Amino acid sequence: MNGPALAAIAAQLVVTVAGAPLLVGLMRQVRARLEGRAGAGVGQPWRDLRKLLRRPPVTPRGTGWAFRLAPLLLVGSALVLAAIAPLVTVASPLDALADLFAVVGLLALGTVTLALAALDTGTAFGGMGASREITVLALVEPTILVAGFALSARVGSTNLAAIVTATLHDPLRVASPASLLAAAALLIVVIAETGRLPVDNPDTHLELTMIHEAMILEYAGSDLALVELAAAMRLTIMLGLLASLFVPWGIAGASLVALPLAVVIFVAKVAALGAGLGAVEVFVAKLRLFRVPELLAGSFVLALLAVASSFFLA
Amino acid sequence: MAVFTLWRKIRQVGRTAEPRPPHPGGLSCPKAAALRGSVQVRHVDAGSCNGCEIEIGSAFGPVYDGERYGARLVASPRHADVLLVTGPVTRNMAVPLLRTFEAVSEPRIVVAVGDCAVNAGEFAGGYGVRGAVADVVPVDVDLPGCPPEPAAIVAALRGFTGR
Repeated sequence: MNGPALAAIAAQLVVTVAGAPLLVGLMRQVRARLEGRAGAGVGQPWRDLRKLLRRPPVTPRGTGWAFRLAPLLLVGSALVLAAIAPLVTVASPLDALADLFAVVGLLALGTVTLALAALDTGTAFGGMGASREITVLALVEPTILVAGFALSARVGSTNLAAIVTATLHDPLRVASPASLLAAAALLIVVIAETGRLPVDNPDTHLELTMIHEAMILEYAGSDLALVELAAAMRLTIMLGLLASLFVPWGIAGASLVALPLAVVIFVAKVAALGAGLGAVEVFVAKLRLFRVPELLAGSFVLALLAVASSFFLA
Repeated sequence: MAVFTLWRKIRQVGRTAEPRPPHPGGLSCPKAAALRGSVQVRHVDAGSCNGCEIEIGSAFGPVYDGERYGARLVASPRHADVLLVTGPVTRNMAVPLLRTFEAVSEPRIVVAVGDCAVNAGEFAGGYGVRGAVADVVPVDVDLPGCPPEPAAIVAALRGFTGR
């Protein structure tokens, strides 16, 4: 492993870990401003994390290893994703691992760990949240894979870096029907997977409408800080992947020189996506839980159409 | 289109939040020193008439905007640093209040919001009332008023966040 490659991986890790809470803060700030409030500032999630990290975790009575391991596994899988995904550079030595299946598997690993931890608490809301999260996961995973196939079919590889590189060499691909349909499908799926409106409301206090929030009700202190950091990192990584797959310009290659610029462009792209998502959330209400499968089935149809058009129209 | 109507409304209304009043000064509780600008608040209704609930709702609404000082209402006592307890503690809510208090990890701050919570107020000695909040859990800060104004609630929270 050579110097520039290590620098690239380090840059990706630092940007995602340091930037993820800021992204959440930015989205909250955009929402606050549009709602006529002043907002707590972009740095508030970091202040929350700093405080939570210094509070002791609580182990509720009756919980076992699943509950205690989940925050570590969740952060671990998010860190691995941040290291391997082509966010800032396509020339990372870990690119061989950045396979579509590996990325989807790592995302699912985090989700399933948290669902098991929620079941482990034995509370009514934990079980309810876990069952809902797995329902959403079961509908989301096929869509990510199928939409990924629409992009990988033309490249002949399911390696994400290879897909991004191919798009860089042939920019008109982005405007092809397959790519546009896959982008729409993936956007819906990212919103569902990261627990944003209209699928899940991250700011809710109503236990009956919660999905992600219901699973983490029993976490406290530094455990909660890890879970929140991992959730923010997953949001950053998924928005970053979306940006890399469909607007890859500015991503760095093998050289070290382009790295600072690539980091700046990556931050700008993810911030723009996040601010847009935050603004849209002001205008939409949460969907009824029974309507969520319809939305996700719609995104699956888009992904299926994307695959079909990548074969027939390409 | 509903979206454009809403967008026009957002443009017309602009900022609803009132200008930030000067900080009340100092921390209102020594335990709050560890929080440093971030306070997660869990609200417990121990038998209130809902007058205080309306004021707490306003304190986090667009006009007073308690969130800008770093305070946030959360869904679980495990996430919380501060408990806002309202109402005289009724017999049915005494045990749930105690359990909620125990679910908050140390250091925990309890605020008795409103006259009923401070000294059982109008309902003192009632057959369904166990007593004031301080009779069930240790109270750190009293916030009298029937109900206390949103500005007073926000000022108390700013005493914890220090912002």
